[in-house]
Amino acid sequence: MHYLFEPGFFASGPVHVALAVGTVIAITSAVVGVFTVIRGQSFAGHSLADIATTGGSGAFLIGVNQFWGYLAFGAGAAAFMEMIGIQRRRGRDVATGVVLGAALGLAALFLYLGTQYSSTTGASFSILFGSIFVLTPSTVPALIVSALLALATVVALARVLLLTSLSPDIAAARGVPVRAVGAAYLMALAVSVALSAVIIGAVLSTALLIGPAATALRLAKSPLKAMITAAGLGVAAIWLGIVLAYDSFYWPPAGRGWPVSFFVVTLIVGGYLITYLRRDPRRVGAEQAGPEQSIDAERACSPV
Amino acid sequence: MTSDDLLRLQNVSVRLGGRDILKDVSFGIRPGQFTGLIGPNGAGKTTLLKVILGLQPVTSGAVLLDGEPRPARDASIGYVPQKLGLEPDVPLRVRDVVSLGLDGHKFGIRLPSRARRELVSDMLTAVGAQRYADARVGELSGGEQQRVMIAHALISRPRLLLLDEPLANLDISSEQGIVSVLARLARAEQVAVLLSAHDMNPLMPVMDRIVYVAAGRVAVGDTDEVVQPEVLSRLYGQHVDVIRVHGRILVVAAPEGVDEDHAVAEDAGVMR
Repeated sequence: MHYLFEPGFFASGPVHVALAVGTVIAITSAVVGVFTVIRGQSFAGHSLADIATTGGSGAFLIGVNQFWGYLAFGAGAAAFMEMIGIQRRRGRDVATGVVLGAALGLAALFLYLGTQYSSTTGASFSILFGSIFVLTPSTVPALIVSALLALATVVALARVLLLTSLSPDIAAARGVPVRAVGAAYLMALAVSVALSAVIIGAVLSTALLIGPAATALRLAKSPLKAMITAAGLGVAAIWLGIVLAYDSFYWPPAGRGWPVSFFVVTLIVGGYLITYLRRDPRRVGAEQAGPEQSIDAERACSPV
Repeated sequence: MTSDDLLRLQNVSVRLGGRDILKDVSFGIRPGQFTGLIGPNGAGKTTLLKVILGLQPVTSGAVLLDGEPRPARDASIGYVPQKLGLEPDVPLRVRDVVSLGLDGHKFGIRLPSRARRELVSDMLTAVGAQRYADARVGELSGGEQQRVMIAHALISRPRLLLLDEPLANLDISSEQGIVSVLARLARAEQVAVLLSAHDMNPLMPVMDRIVYVAAGRVAVGDTDEVVQPEVLSRLYGQHVDVIRVHGRILVVAAPEGVDEDHAVAEDAGVMR
């Protein structure tokens, strides 16, 4: 244990806050992410992250906590995307090339101007790549409340979201307000992106959102198990990331810790790749169905 | 005739973007009746189903359920869409999908229960899908998915089941399997079935009535009444032939813009 947990790890205040906030945010992002992947909205998540970067930089420029910038721009972008329906496949090329490019360009300007005025050297880095050890204590309650609201929204909508992804027409015929449900989900997604941006940075926030969810979807057999697995993976990545980042303070260059976001993202990617060492779950499922028993297998024997 | 109709369409017209999709469509469906909604692609079959489901507003006319205007949300109509939008890696098992048929439209969470599990298993057995109950639904073949979606639609015990082209892209044995499952369940559960198809032949043994759609209009009746060259030619607005080969029926249209007289004249020209 001593080799993993460097002296002082459990006594450090910032570490306690980081672990607590990181856990709540990891669970929310992972659960929201499961539905992002099922609904095929990873692109929307990534777009929100790019635009949140602009918001975070703008907030830094005018001296507001960056979380509010992420949240305001993310939620605004989500509302706009819902209005014009850009989160679907159509219009993605234009959005990627023009709108998201412009958003990151603005972020560059805001960060440049902000560092000129305030001479806060770490600001650009923490906006782009996160700052879990230097959370402003006054924002912690807001972070936790937002996370719980986003989580509650998605859990309340879980069945409806599944039915809608099975077939929007069936859902609509059974009286589900498909459009409103989609909008509520997109808002929860924007909040999750803003929260992940606080921990691992705006640029990397989709990794925490999509990574654990994509891994869980490869492993789990039911939506509920996928949500639980994704939450577990997200929390594990955050905790291990925080431990390793704390330890790295003693690694070269001595006295300068490595960024948490590097460890978190590396662990998430590693976890995803490990699932490929298993047999392909799709094939396992198909074998359970039994190709020789399946009705359509008769096709092979059919003369036509 | 109207008093005991479960569903009745009265002079329904749908106009979209300046085009008449459905023109003055009227017909009724009685409880337990198996009706084929037959017609070529683009004739308006899907629009007609969406009108009945309340997903497509009508320009004029009315959809009546038990003689009353169709309520906005109605559990007495089940629906099997033509295609599912699911990727193969979505971890929705067959039994999850069928379970969503009970309460997928409700908010909040639900705890698993033995009663629900048994209900789902019984439904899967009824459609012959119990063997792949734990497989991911996105991995199944088209015919297997159709069975699962029929179970999904029937588990809430609707009185009318709508199916949009369930036989499209199926091989012949799957086609026959689906048709016989539907016919059996329709009789056993007294569910009226309205099934759209571009080929009427697989449905001939089970169809009580036919609603033939062409160019947005319908001809309704027994198969023998409707599938006649005169009736269908009037519907299509051009000459069509009805050819019967080995008990199969083929509806063949003359090339566009060519009616009988022209065809004769052209033949005569060739003779000359």
